[in-house]
This record gives sequence, structure tokens and C-alpha cells, in this order.
Amino acid sequence: MSGNAIYFTKDHEWLKVEGDEATVGITDHAQQALGDITFVDLPKIGKVVNAHDPLLVVESVKAASDVYAPVPGTVSAVNEKLATFPELINQAAYAEGWICKFKPFTLAVNDLMTAEQYKVFLQEN
Amino acid sequence: MPYIPTTDHDRVAMLQAIGVPDMEALFADVPASVRISGLNLPLGRSEVDVYEHLHQVSHRNAHHLTGFLGGGYYDHFIPACVDELASRSEFYTAYTPYQPEASQGTLQAIFEYQTAICRITDMEVSNASLYDGGTALYEAAMMAIRLTGRRKILMDSGVNPIYRNILQSYTRNLAVEFVEIPVVHGQSDRDRIMAALDDKTAAIILQNPNFFGAVDDFSDVIQTAHAKGCMAVMSVYPVSLGILKTPGQMGADIVTGEGQSLGLPLSFGGPYLGFMATRLAHVRKMPGRIAGATIDANGRRGFVLTLQAREQHIRREKAMSNICSNEALCALRALIYLSWLGKSGFKDLAHICAQKAEYAKTRLSTIPGVEVKKSAPTFNEFTIELPCDASDVVSRMIDRGFAAGFPLGRYYKGMENYLLIAVTEKRTREQIGLFAEALEGVL
Repeated sequence: MSGNAIYFTKDHEWLKVEGDEATVGITDHAQQALGDITFVDLPKIGKVVNAHDPLLVVESVKAASDVYAPVPGTVSAVNEKLATFPELINQAAYAEGWICKFKPFTLAVNDLMTAEQYKVFLQEN
Repeated sequence: MPYIPTTDHDRVAMLQAIGVPDMEALFADVPASVRISGLNLPLGRSEVDVYEHLHQVSHRNAHHLTGFLGGGYYDHFIPACVDELASRSEFYTAYTPYQPEASQGTLQAIFEYQTAICRITDMEVSNASLYDGGTALYEAAMMAIRLTGRRKILMDSGVNPIYRNILQSYTRNLAVEFVEIPVVHGQSDRDRIMAALDDKTAAIILQNPNFFGAVDDFSDVIQTAHAKGCMAVMSVYPVSLGILKTPGQMGADIVTGEGQSLGLPLSFGGPYLGFMATRLAHVRKMPGRIAGATIDANGRRGFVLTLQAREQHIRREKAMSNICSNEALCALRALIYLSWLGKSGFKDLAHICAQKAEYAKTRLSTIPGVEVKKSAPTFNEFTIELPCDASDVVSRMIDRGFAAGFPLGRYYKGMENYLLIAVTEKRTREQIGLFAEALEGVL
């Protein structure tokens, strides 16, 4: 795992790798589909998850949706700002709207997509 | 008149439309073993016959007995205003308030009921109500499991045994471990409870006053629970909160109780009223409806159902609970009752109940062979030890016109000679005197 890389999942999460830490959020497509986000049920730091385990819940005016872990790992940080400003996900899904970080983590899952692949995936679905 | 909206003709038309020859063919996929071949019911009867029959059945209710029976459900006076206001058709016939634009009255009543529950318990947020005290306690246990991610529940055996049975049966097929901590001389075994609290425990469930009537201050137990990351769940008798230290003051995380005492008649099978309150921080894990205040587009105050993403119609199988209704009419009665009493009336009521119970204790202790248990302070209910089986005494007292109390041997082994006696504001000095004389007579 060297350099910076961003990956996407079929459940519309993104994963950005920076050194030995990975940041997780939901994609711009996901926030648009959900509408105004009203609450993020942030996970506890130290939570250990496998890939595809439910990680947290995002509530919007339309629905409550599970966000799944893109890779196996341990939650090392959460975006506390979301507790007060959940709309950051709508405003900047890939930046200030990040949700949590994993450390350690592994990329040992075979269904992660690159940005290009995710774009194609969205077009096909 | 059959209460079936479709006619034979309608049914034939519907069967034809879906291409099925007859009703038998429609249900062909349902195995014969689970189908009802016929209902063993008598033939239809006239309105006057049915009325007469029901009237006779209603006489089997023991309205004539003077009640000293409690055990979680109490014979309190219901002011006339409760029936008068609650039976107004605006409230009585209104169905669930999904549509705020058409349901402001119902929603406001629920909101104010929630406010009243928060005030008497000293908690921050209440839901719109649950079915009864026992199922509310079950919901509290499940809420603690969601909040902590742990699956062990400690339960003081001073918690109403009916509630404990409900919890056990509701969780029979769930991965929940119950550990009951027996009471000692009718009081919580603090040392054992504190020692049992560990990092696997989701919650400790307590009751105040407990089933034997003992009043406690659980602040220390709750503090220890919090140090271990456990939730403190407390079931309370709402009338006692007029004078007792509240669960909020003790630091409880989730408070539940049976609201029957707040303006609902004693009735076999209910409907009763479960209330539930918690800390604001836990609101998203709380089950049930919640009414909230808001402002509309023109800045006017209004009421809506809020935080609905917790509920089944949005969260589906991941909802906080499968509860998607409440006891709105019963909650309304509780609200009217509490509003009618007011803050000082509520306190006075609690004082009167406690004082009459103390008088009854003094009077009953003069009976030879009766020992009033005095190991703990009590509110309006207390335990006495008899020289013989309490169930037999209860039967003999019925012949003398009294519902004498709850025989504790029914749920507690070795307590066959113990009787639980409740005294409400309705019992007069004279009735207590007659009760004591009758008791002395049957011993």
C-alpha cells in the first residue's frame, strides 16, 4: 500500500488510502440519492469490522441507510463534525464529509473499483 | 348482520378476475394441517340476547370487593373529567396521527403527555407510550442491548415477577442472557448486584418501589453500573414519584412503568399504558412513536411525529423495535389525570397513599400472628407475614368482601405465608379497620 489511492464499492462507499490509514465516506452519487442527510450514527472508535459488515447508519429525509465497511479494518477516527453538521456529506462527500478512518486495514477484497470502474458501474446500473 | 364487506357476488367476480375457480382453490397452497375446518361457535343471537348475556358475564367481575390488592396495578380514584374529556369524539375516534396537517390535536396531546412523563420521572425524553409496564420494560432491555452492544441483562428479583415473565418469554428465541439476583429480606442484594456488573452486562434492571413494596435509592448501584459501561433501567410506580427520589435524580438511563394508576380503570387484560423515558443522548435507540414540536412554513408552532427513521416503516428489519403503535387514548387519560392533579395535587396524592399505608401497617400489627415487615421503608404497599398460607387467607377474605392482597408464594418460593397489601387514597380509615377485623377473624 503505497501512495494515495481512492477506491469505490458497489454499495457506494469510497475508501481513500493515505499511508497506513484509510478514510471512508459515501459517494457523491449516494448523497444525491439519499437527499438531505439529517443524522450520522457514527461508529465507535475501536470497532472491528470485516468487509461488507454494517459499519454505521446514515439518515436522510427520505431513508435510513446502512453504510458497509469497504475493507476489513478497525475504526481509528470518526468525523465528529458530522454529529452537528451531517449536511457536510451533501456539501462535500469526498472531502469535509468523510465519515471515519480505518487503521489498521487491509485491501484484501476483490470487489473494490477504481474511479473509472465506478463510473462505468453507475452508468450500467 | 355479518361484518363482512364483500357479497357472494363480489367474491365470485374477484375470483374470476384472478382466474381461480373457487375459494378452495384460492387457499390450495395453505397446507390442510394449518387450516381451520370450521369454527365451533354458537348460532347468531339477537341484540337483546347478546346484551343480556354480556351483562350477566360482567357480573362475574368482583366490583363489590374492597381492594387491598396491588402488585403493579392499583385502585386509584378516577376524576370524572378523565372520562368526560377522553371520550370526546375528536380524541376517541381519531386514528394514528400520520398526517400532521390533520392531526394537530392528537399530536399535541401526545407531546404534552411526553412532557408530563419527563417531568414526573426527571428524564429528558419520553416516547408516545407503549402497551403496558411489562412490555415497556422488555423494550428498555432491548434498547440497552442496542446501546451497549452487549447481551447480558442483570435483573433484580424485586422487579415485578409478571414483568420478568414477559421479558423471559419475549426473549426466548433471542440471544439474550438473563441473570436474576435474588432479593434478601425483600430488598435488593446490593453487594451481589455490584459484583455481578461487568463489561459484558448491557443493563441492570431495577424497580422502585420493588415488588415487596420496599423503597430504595439506587444511586450507588447506578453509579457502579455506569463505571462498567452498563445501562441502568428502572421500572417505577408513577404515583410514588410525587414524593420519592426520581429515577432521573438517581441517574437512571431508561425509565419505564405501568401507567394504569394515572386515570385508567383496573381491567382484566387492559388496555393499560406503558411509559418509557430516557436521556436525550439515547433517543435514537428508543423504540416507539415520538411526537415533537416544530414550526410550520409561516412560523406557527405545530406538532409532528419525529425521528421516524428509528421506526419500522423506514428502517424495516433494522428498526429499533417492531412496535409501531402506541396507547394514545390511554396516554391521553394519563395526561388529563396528571393535568387535573397538577404539581401539588400529584404530591398530595402520593402523601395520602403513603400515610394511609402507614396507618394500615400500624393497625394490622395489632393482630396476633400478623407480622408487618419493617426492614425497608415503603410507599403505599407493604408485606405482612401470616401464621398460615396467604392464598387461603385471600380466599377466605373474598367471602368477607375484601380483595386482601397478593399472595407472594405465587411467584416466590418459601414466601407462601407472605401477603402483599396495597393501600390507595380510596381506602378510608373505616375500611382499613374493617379489613383488619376481617383478617383477624379469618386467621
